[in-house]
Formats: sequence, C-alpha cells, structure tokens
Amino acid sequence: MGGCKMAYTLSINGQARQVDVPEDMPLLWVLRDELDMVGTKFGCGAGLCGACTVHLDGNAVRSCQTPVGAVGTARITTIEGIGQTAKGAAVQKAWIEVDAPQCGYCQAGQIMSATALLTSNPKPTRTQITEAMSGNLCRCASYHRIMEAIELAAKETAHAG
Amino acid sequence: MQAELSRRGFLRASALVGGGLLVDFSIPLEAAESGAVLNAFVAIDASGTITIAARNPEMGQGINNGLPMIVAEELDADWAQVRVEQADLDPTRYGPQGSGASMSTMMGYTPMREAGAVARDMLVRAAAARWGVAVDGITTSASVLYHKASGLSLPYAAVASEAARLTPAKSAEVRLKSPKDFSIIGTKRKGVDTPRIVKGEPLYSIDTRLPDMLHAVFVAPPSPGAVLRKVEDTQAKAMRGILAIIPIKGVQAKGTFASSVDSLTDGVAIVASNWWYAQAAKEKLVLEWDESAALGHGDQAYAARAKALLDAGGGKVAFKEGDAKAALAKAAKVISARYDYPFLAHNTMEPHNCTAQYRDGKLTFWAPAQQPENGRKLVAQCVGVAEADIVVHVTRIGGGFGRRLMSDFMAQAGAIAKALPPALSGRPVNVLHSRSDDITHDFFRPAGWHEFKAGIDDQGRMTAFTNHFISFGPAQDPQFFANMAPFHLPEGLLRDIEMTHSVFPTVMPLGAMRAPTSNAHAFVFQGFLDEVARAGGRSLPALILDLFTTDKVYGEADKAGETPRSFHTARARAVVQKVMAMSDWGKVPHRKGIGRGFAFYFCHRGYFAEVVEVGVKGKDVQVRKVWAAGDVGRQIVNPHAAEAQVRGSILDGLSQALDGAKITFENGRVAQSNFHDHPFGRIDRLPPVEIAFVPSDFPPGGLGEPALPPVIPALANALYDATGNRQRSLPFTL
Ligand code: FES
Ligand code: FES
Repeated sequence: MGGCKMAYTLSINGQARQVDVPEDMPLLWVLRDELDMVGTKFGCGAGLCGACTVHLDGNAVRSCQTPVGAVGTARITTIEGIGQTAKGAAVQKAWIEVDAPQCGYCQAGQIMSATALLTSNPKPTRTQITEAMSGNLCRCASYHRIMEAIELAAKETAHAG
Repeated sequence: MQAELSRRGFLRASALVGGGLLVDFSIPLEAAESGAVLNAFVAIDASGTITIAARNPEMGQGINNGLPMIVAEELDADWAQVRVEQADLDPTRYGPQGSGASMSTMMGYTPMREAGAVARDMLVRAAAARWGVAVDGITTSASVLYHKASGLSLPYAAVASEAARLTPAKSAEVRLKSPKDFSIIGTKRKGVDTPRIVKGEPLYSIDTRLPDMLHAVFVAPPSPGAVLRKVEDTQAKAMRGILAIIPIKGVQAKGTFASSVDSLTDGVAIVASNWWYAQAAKEKLVLEWDESAALGHGDQAYAARAKALLDAGGGKVAFKEGDAKAALAKAAKVISARYDYPFLAHNTMEPHNCTAQYRDGKLTFWAPAQQPENGRKLVAQCVGVAEADIVVHVTRIGGGFGRRLMSDFMAQAGAIAKALPPALSGRPVNVLHSRSDDITHDFFRPAGWHEFKAGIDDQGRMTAFTNHFISFGPAQDPQFFANMAPFHLPEGLLRDIEMTHSVFPTVMPLGAMRAPTSNAHAFVFQGFLDEVARAGGRSLPALILDLFTTDKVYGEADKAGETPRSFHTARARAVVQKVMAMSDWGKVPHRKGIGRGFAFYFCHRGYFAEVVEVGVKGKDVQVRKVWAAGDVGRQIVNPHAAEAQVRGSILDGLSQALDGAKITFENGRVAQSNFHDHPFGRIDRLPPVEIAFVPSDFPPGGLGEPALPPVIPALANALYDATGNRQRSLPFTL
C-alpha cells in the first residue's frame, strides 16, 4: 500500500514544484489536489478515457495511471502549459477556430493527445488521427469538430514549417 | 488570477474567500465592480463591455450562447463586446433556471428578447435626453446610438449610467424586432467559454478550489434501499491523509422533483486532504448493510417477469379507438413482434461531484446542477437548512444528459459539510464519485418490453394496431421515467387501435436520459412499423406519409406565442419529405451488404426524420451516412450549436445501439463499473451527417434531444435492409 510520504521535485510546465506525497499517488491527484492544477481532468481513473492526458517529455501519458514515483526527472507538461509550445499553441488556436468543445470536459485531454500526435507526426492522415485519438472519449460526441481542429492545426503548422 | 477575477466582476466573491483559485461563478450584476446595470440580464461598463447574465446551467448544449445572443439581438449589442456570466440561482430575479427537456430556449426566447429590448429602450431615452431630441429619431446598431438628422452618435457606454437611472418600460410596451432584421439570432456564434476551456481554466464544479477545502468520498449503498447497520472504520481511519469518517443517515424527501428517488441515502463520508486518499481508504472500511430491500431484483428476473406478462396478454387500456381486435380478426395478414431495451447509465464525462460549505447555519454550494432550484429544495429537506439560507453557485457542467436533473450529489455534499467534526467545521468540502460509483449509483434509463400486432389488408395498408407495453410501476400504471409519452404513431391516425400496459415494481432508481422515454420508444414503434410496411410490400416513409395525408392537429390545443405541444401532421410530412429528397430515398439501387433505413419521431416538441445507410461485413457494421431533417420552429438561434446538438444526438443514438452498453444487476447490485463495460462511441465512428432544418412558423423548440430517438430505429431498419435480420432488442447483436 505504498510507503510513507516522500518529497518530490517535479518539473511542471517549466517550473520546479515540490510535493510531499506517497510514491504511488497518481500524478493526476498530485496535480489536482496537491497543486490545485485542475486543468487535467479526472474521467475514469483507469486509463480508459484520456481525460487526464499530460505529456512526459513530450509523450502523451495517462496521468491517472502514472504514479508520481515513476516520473523521475521527466518534464511534465499539462494543459495549463501546453500553449507555451508552438504545436500546443497552434492546436489551441485551431480548437477555438473550429469551436470544438460541447460540454468541454474532455477537451483538455483531447488537446494534449492531439498535440503529441502532431509533434511526432506533423501531417497525419485521417486514419492516423483516428488511431491516435481513439483513447480519448467524448461523451458529447464532438468528434467531428475534434477531427476538423486537428486537420486545421496540421495545415497551419505545416505552413509554419 | 486576482486581476482576472476583478476584471470579470467577481469582486465580492474573491474578497470573501481571500483570493484562492476559484471556479467560475458569478454574483448578481449589481455587485459588479463597475458599470451600469440596466436590468437583471444587462450591464454595460465604461469600456463598452456588455455583460449579459446567462440564467440556465450550461452543460454543452450551448445555452450560454443562445440566451445571451437573444438578449444581445434586441439590445442591438456588438457581440464582440459581449461577455457572458453564469448567474447564480435566484429564480425571483432571473425566472426559471433549470436546463432539461430541451426547454431553455423555448422558455427563454421571449423573456430574453424583452430583457434586451427594455435595456435598449433605456439607452435610447438616455441619449434623447442628452441630445435634446425625440426618441423616434434615434436608431441603434452594434452598441452605438445614432441621430441621423443631426449626425450625432454615441457608444452605449457613454450613456449607460444615465440609462441605468431611468425607470424601465414594461416588457409588453417595448417593441420587438421583426425577425427579418435579426443580425445575431440565426448566425453562427462560437462558445463563449471555448477560449478558457482550451487553456484548462477552472470552469467545472470538479475544479472548485477554495481555501482549506477538503475532499470526500461518499460510500453509498451497494444496492438500492440498503440500510447501513454497522461501521467498522479503525483501519480506514489510520490510512494516510484521512481526516474524518462520518456516517450519514439517509432522509427520504417528499414533494420534490421525482422525490421517490432523488433523496439522501444512507452512506459514509470519508474526508481527506486529497481525494485519492479518501478513495484508497474506502477499501479498508468495513460496512454492514441490510440489503433486503433489493433482494430478487435483477435484470434477468425482470425480463422473465415481463415475458410472463406479455404471454398473459391484456393489460390496462391506455389508449383505444375503434375495435382493434375485430379489425385484426378481419385483416388479410397479421404480423406480431416483441421488442425490448435495457437499463442504461448516463456516463457523463465529469463524474458526479459537488462542493458545499456550512457556516453559521448557512450552506453555500458550487454545484453542477441541471436543476439548481430543485437541488436547493432537496437540500432543505434532507439536510435541514432553510432554503433562504442556501446559496447555489452554478458551475459549468461536464455533461448532463438528464443525470443532473437529480440533485443527490448536492444533498450528499450538504450533509457532509454540515456533519464535519468541530476540528474541520466550516471548511468547504468537495464530494466526488469515482467512475464506478457514478455508474452504479445512477438514476437509470429503465428497461421496457413491448408486444405489437398489426393487421394489413390485401392492398398492403395497415388496418389495425395493438401495443402491450410492460414497464415499472407500484400499482397499475408506469411510474415517472418508465412511462410512455402521449402520442405514438399510428395513434390518432388509424381507426382501430389499442394500447395497453402492465407494470411491476422496481427498486432501481429511475431517471431521465436524453430524450427520456422517446429514446427507447422511437426504436420499438418505428422498428415495428417498418416491419408492417415491409409486410405490406411498402416502405416505412410511404406508410407514414399515408397517415399524414390530411392536415390535422392532434393533442393539446396550441397557445399563442408558445411552442406547440400538439402534433401537426403538416410539419411531420414536411420533414419526412425533406429527408427523402436529401437521401434520394427509393432511388438508389440495392447494393449487396449495404442497407438503408428510415425513421420519424416527434418528441420534445420537435420533428425529426432520419435516414441511415450502413455497410455490413460479417459482424462489422459501418455507418456510411446519416441524413436528418428537423423542424423545431421558425428560428434556430445559433446554427453552430444546433448542428453540434444534432450531430451529437445522432452519434449518441448510434452508440446506444452498436456499442453494447447495458446495465445488468442482481439483487440490485449493478455489475458495470467503468467505460470498458458500459461503453460509448469513440472517434472511429464518424459518419458523414447531412442536416437540414425545415423552418415552420411556430415559436422555437429546443434541440438537445429530438434528433436522437429516430436514429436508432433508422439504423435497425437499415440493418434489416442490409442483412434480413431484424433488430428487436437493444443493444443490437449481429
Ligand atoms: S482519467 Fe485517466 S484515462 Fe480516464
Ligand atoms: S465535450 Fe463533453 S465530453 Fe467532450
């Protein structure tokens, strides 16, 4: 059941943050309830919905399935910081342009997954988008606009080179 | 954050809590930092920013665009200068504040126009006084007043404070625009919160963070009606981060919305500094429940009981015209079929949660409530605090779908906040359900079972129709949410028809789910009518159009200025014909493995006809295209949001049929626990959807629901067309 608390220094959105928590606490709950960074959302707690997606060194991971003890020195990026990257800013801009959200609750996770996709694959095909995004659920079924937003962001960033 | 808060006019709120990270909630416009308040809905500050209060909870349906757009239209505001703020619960000030049943647009349309027009009239009078001219000579456009004759002009902001001192005209006395002059209503406008959503700003109830806030898990009964007998919490208490473990005694509410189910149940609150600690301690809590209330209540047992009732036949007559039995006996051909659908959970993306703070005998809530007013009533009864001492801040809602019409989470949060031990008392507490608690403690879409019979003459025409509906109820009639809406084709349009029902009791909590009752009944009725049409050698749209040959208004008489509840055959005919034209119905040659299905349904005062085209390979179903034609009156307020609602409804319906979701249970204990065993659609099902609105000259109806019901039978009918297998049970199996 995890040991006693430990002090961790995490690199979150370019800042060093100290927390004193057990090693098995999922990163999601470190962010939300220790640091009050509530942009990263809780949906299922079981790796099934993608609402809690963050980046570790640029790769999309489910923060509800990532114990804080496993983060080490990896750079954590959350929805609050993703706009500092060129890709992230472009994705957010496209999201606004297309007006993707309905209730909006899943969208932080969608944006994080989409940004990771476009970083590794700047010009994805529809099939590749579908594959990369299929772990992110949207109960409102805003998928059509999510698809449109990703395609728009890909187009815009391809321009920028 | 502080500057942001005060800029948004949240001064009093932020001072109150010392400037912590706040979820977005508002205070009445008078308390705003600056600016002239023209009425409950409109304030204008010196910089020209126009703040419009949004009175209904926003859960993704776009109502916080829709209603403010209506205000802005009559105000002649420049939409770029408009800022929307969610209003707190205060129905004496704002009027009805619930979201649900696609009612918000319907009920807000005229009052919001009047609020805008009254404010505009004040600005015009203020300008007339300033310029010393007659009001008649003043025109307005995009937040500017003009006096053409003298060439004078002024922005709204320049006269707003003078305007605010004038006595507002009576609503009935101000002139409303002619719809042909609309420049905001009917145009595509993006979500007012979108820029904040994409940055992950705290907007939802679950994002509420207040100084000293506690986190809690509410351990609810394992089966409906279970009574808590014993709590053994030594081990749980010793777990890290646990601050208190508090047994909560249930209270049965009376006279509130669906009070038989929406109550405070027995439970145990685990209070911690971090929700994860509370959730982890749950496993160490040893509870003894008396579960006798739900003994024998299982989905299998229910199905067996329903079958026995269908076999026995008969039932209480709900609707009868002519003599269906005699007509069946005379028919050239009689067909009969049984249909059913399962219990379903809502699965809103934001799990159930609520924040409450109890101080000096008063309760304050930050709640994701679709019906905050009902929530306040429920809390007053279950927690024992007078309604006058309860403040409700409404947050943005991470999905409603009808689940948050119930306010059980408010009662839980209130009860926990009030029961905090002295060392913690007065601190705000957020109670949050895990996904499994969220699914297992839902207010479910109830299952139902139907038997149909129809008589067909030698011309292929339907001559008789019977339906026996098995549902839930304590006595002879189906209870709320398990009932049938009053109008189902061919009711009222066929001479010999009989509809009966039989019921048996359930302990499962029942609730409304997007397009309640219709989401299931469209499937069974339109599925069976497709069978009737085919048995007569015809197609379903042809059979349905037969019923609509004459213009007829069926049901309650229309009231002037109100969205009609009645069924107008002419409106139905128009959407059926429209979707047939859009999809080239009947003109596309049959292709192997590809099928097309049609369905029509009328609910929530909206008319939708839809066509689905599927491709089937083995067990693999591909939805190739969906066409939808809808009539929700003369005005679509925001086509951008309307399209999202229709598309979302269609995907929701397809998912209910194809993804296998159903709730099963034994002795009241629900078996499903997360998205893997109660799934909904992913991005891989993204058929092209073609939508057309067929305007009719009636006041507008809502759009959150009526597009969903027909897509399920249209899909069933398409699958039959493609494979020859009839889908008579949800979810579908291939
Ligand atoms: S909350 Fe982490 S995947 Fe759903
Ligand atoms: S926008 Fe509501 S869950 Fe995706």
